[in-house]
Amino acid sequence: MADPDITKDQIAAHGFTPDEYAEVLNILGRTPTFTEFGIFSAMWNEHCSYKSSKKWLRTLPTEGTQVICGPGENAGIVDIGDGQCVVFKMESHNHPSYIEPYQGAATGVGGILRDVFTMGARPIAAMNALSFGETAHPKTKRLVSGVVEGIGGYGNAFGVPTVGGEVRFHAAYNGNCLVNAFAAGLADADKIFYSAASGIGMPVVYLGAKTGRDGVGGATMASAEFDDTIEEKRPTVQVGDPFTEKRLMEACLELMKTGAVISIQDMGAAGLTCSAVEMGDKGGLGVKLNLDAVPQREPNMTAYEMMLSESQERMLMVLDPSKEAVAKAVFDKWDLDFAIVGETLEDDRFLVMHGGDVMADLPLSKLSSTAPEYDRPWIETPKAPEYQHEADVIGIDPIDALKALIGSPNHARKHWVWEQYDAQVMADTVQAPGAGAGLVRVHGTQKTLAFTSDVTPRYVAANPFEGGKQAVAEAFRNLSASGAKPLATTDNMNFGNPEKPEIMGQFVGAIKGIGAACIALDMPIVSGNVSLYNETDGSGILPTPTIGAVGLIENPDDMIKGIAQEGDVAILIGETHGHLGQSALLAEAFGRETGDAPTVDLAAERRNGDFLRASAPLINAATDLADGGLALAAFEMAEAADIGITLEQSDIAQLFAEDQARYLVACTTEHAEKLTAAAVQADVPIAHIGRFGGDTITFGASSAAKTDLSSLFQNAFAKALT
Amino acid sequence: MKAAVLVFPGSNCDRDLAVAFRQAGFQVDMVWHKDTSLPDGVDIVGVPGGFSFGDYLRCGAIAARSPIVAALTSHVEKGGFAIGICNGFQVLLETGLLPGALMRNAGLKFICKPITLQVATSNSDFTQGYNSGTTVTYPVAHHDGNYQATDDIRKALSGEDRIAFRYSDPLNGSVDDIAGILSENRRVLGLMPHPERAADAALGLTDGVAMFRSLAGAVVDA
Repeated sequence: MADPDITKDQIAAHGFTPDEYAEVLNILGRTPTFTEFGIFSAMWNEHCSYKSSKKWLRTLPTEGTQVICGPGENAGIVDIGDGQCVVFKMESHNHPSYIEPYQGAATGVGGILRDVFTMGARPIAAMNALSFGETAHPKTKRLVSGVVEGIGGYGNAFGVPTVGGEVRFHAAYNGNCLVNAFAAGLADADKIFYSAASGIGMPVVYLGAKTGRDGVGGATMASAEFDDTIEEKRPTVQVGDPFTEKRLMEACLELMKTGAVISIQDMGAAGLTCSAVEMGDKGGLGVKLNLDAVPQREPNMTAYEMMLSESQERMLMVLDPSKEAVAKAVFDKWDLDFAIVGETLEDDRFLVMHGGDVMADLPLSKLSSTAPEYDRPWIETPKAPEYQHEADVIGIDPIDALKALIGSPNHARKHWVWEQYDAQVMADTVQAPGAGAGLVRVHGTQKTLAFTSDVTPRYVAANPFEGGKQAVAEAFRNLSASGAKPLATTDNMNFGNPEKPEIMGQFVGAIKGIGAACIALDMPIVSGNVSLYNETDGSGILPTPTIGAVGLIENPDDMIKGIAQEGDVAILIGETHGHLGQSALLAEAFGRETGDAPTVDLAAERRNGDFLRASAPLINAATDLADGGLALAAFEMAEAADIGITLEQSDIAQLFAEDQARYLVACTTEHAEKLTAAAVQADVPIAHIGRFGGDTITFGASSAAKTDLSSLFQNAFAKALT
Repeated sequence: MKAAVLVFPGSNCDRDLAVAFRQAGFQVDMVWHKDTSLPDGVDIVGVPGGFSFGDYLRCGAIAARSPIVAALTSHVEKGGFAIGICNGFQVLLETGLLPGALMRNAGLKFICKPITLQVATSNSDFTQGYNSGTTVTYPVAHHDGNYQATDDIRKALSGEDRIAFRYSDPLNGSVDDIAGILSENRRVLGLMPHPERAADAALGLTDGVAMFRSLAGAVVDA
């Protein structure tokens, strides 16, 4: 079959600008073959090259004494003491999930799990952050049910507990849903595996599922906006097989113990191309691939198709040739296909052979090092006007306001979602979904890891800098409220078209905010992912920089996990100024998204969070205050304990303000006094604001039976979605 | 006191079950599905939860044809103990060691949550640590837990007091709310809920401890 000509249409369809293609010609000094053309397009698309975002990602703080490996590898690695480390990353699978929700979400989970076990870590926890359009939009129900089933279908079968996440609905996601999948694994710090190849003439081994035509062009698809031809893109979505992934993980971890693995790289976006180039580039070596040896699912695949296939559950590794028999025994045990498909070369060369012909012969280092990098023009998001209190808002009955929140799918209890995920497999889950942070014990130790995922896109849209700060600060608070010391962060940046200066301005602002918060809160970024072009017919999503964060609880005594007890004092830590701009109250009760985002005082965040953790022995239960403010936090804490709560406060601004750096705490009267004395010492604002107990939710003079509110809170999500 | 935990490709609660056995005092061997014999002196065989062979074809169907199953069958025929949890229950049904079938949940969705179960009989070495009729809390996590059986089988199960556990509230469409059943000799238990996930105070649930302890007691007495 003759290769197609490289026409103007082909150039555009492969995502090249005319300048970029001219640069390809310049590097090669000749016209590329069609396979080479495909390889360049795969390496240079936004998804693989980060060409629009690199300049800004470099500004993020990535170092700290706790960091073993920052961004650039498959996942970030953080020290958790005793020679152990946690390996984690968050990654988006937005475009595929919108086109084919079950498989798109499933393979998103598969991809992030692979990133983790490729480094030698056994996955121990997963989370997912999901954003969908309005529940009334005709596509939303199908997307939600497909995505949730896909996540469960893959993660449950693989055998990793899903312990946390987020689900939100907003009209801005009507044309582009977001599926951000997080995974964390556990490894010994001295047994980490990296992708850099070493040694010349070493065998390059292919392991796992066969290569098919699925996903050809997937990375390019994920780097473009959607329009009304979207249904035609379904064949670019890959199909997941969690059973093969599970065997692949067990085989890889077993093989790593034998010392046979020199380097390893999973095949994700742009499959064989990206993985082979990555291994060669990091090791300063060339790579030769013989495609005739690649296990193939379909006959007559071309070199172009094999190089661009995104078939799932595949690994590439460089093996120690003296251990070949050991390696073969492991692969046979797990009934996995493997093949020696190439070797490392001394020269800077990426040589691809097929049927005895040279299909590609490229300078390997040029594929990534000369990838385009843009300093895209950007304009700062205009400062939003401060929210001015409106009479109807201030005048609403506080219980009616609470009902508007807990009756909306954004703030209702989301067990409809998380009960479809296995949260307990591996029998180390200390805190299942539904609390601020998921908690997973480090098997066989006293240590516990805490996981959270946060962002408030409304804030980021109004004020990218403060919104970026807030996402990190909320993650810090969720970890702190479980007693965990925040360790490090992964960022999943979901934005619209970066070629629009106002979108690029959102990106730049958010990065600056995230960076400032990560420095102030000592939570360096160790891994991440960028998803741009989340637009349909020119309309973009809310800027959504999802922050995944990990914390450590060294001793069970430091954990804050209980529930409020009858008679406990309700204590508010932190200052309330009454900030209602961009609040959940405005959005859910009044349909208004006005005003500026709350300002985040990072020093206060640090001080209040550190104080809370240090006070763990005095505390029965704690939660951070986020969107919905004190009122929602108080209700949720009472609901978790199945008791009532009475707050003296009835002022709407005091109850529903979204000022930052605040926590609600339940403790006994005796401990409340000690906590207050300690807070005064530490210069932490603290106030006794009410008491837990009884069977009503009472804000000043307004009151409702807890059972009525519970029923609304428990059922609203399913009602809106089914 | 020895337990063997079978491991199929796709099993994912094998370690969890081994931990629960060890906490009750058992020495535990993990046995690969391609093996053809059990270690000497095994008192109980555990068939763990998970997705053996990806749940492809039919849950448990491929695992039930693994080489190790002949050894499991002969162990049971000799009066040895066996327990199958979740996917392990599905495997035991597919081997014919227990009667009936598990279908897709009536609500068609995967269900993971702690639930209350009624102990339907304390007359077995698995359940003698509980009082008949009391309730216990175990987590469930399954997509195919809807137990179905012919009228003859249902009559036999209830007439011979072989229903071990019932869901306190209808959960997945199971006939008679059956959550777990015993073999005729009462030495094989299959159940959908996970007692091994309810056997550690640090995780919040401890009702499963009594099952593993009473098994340990039975093995010592035997």
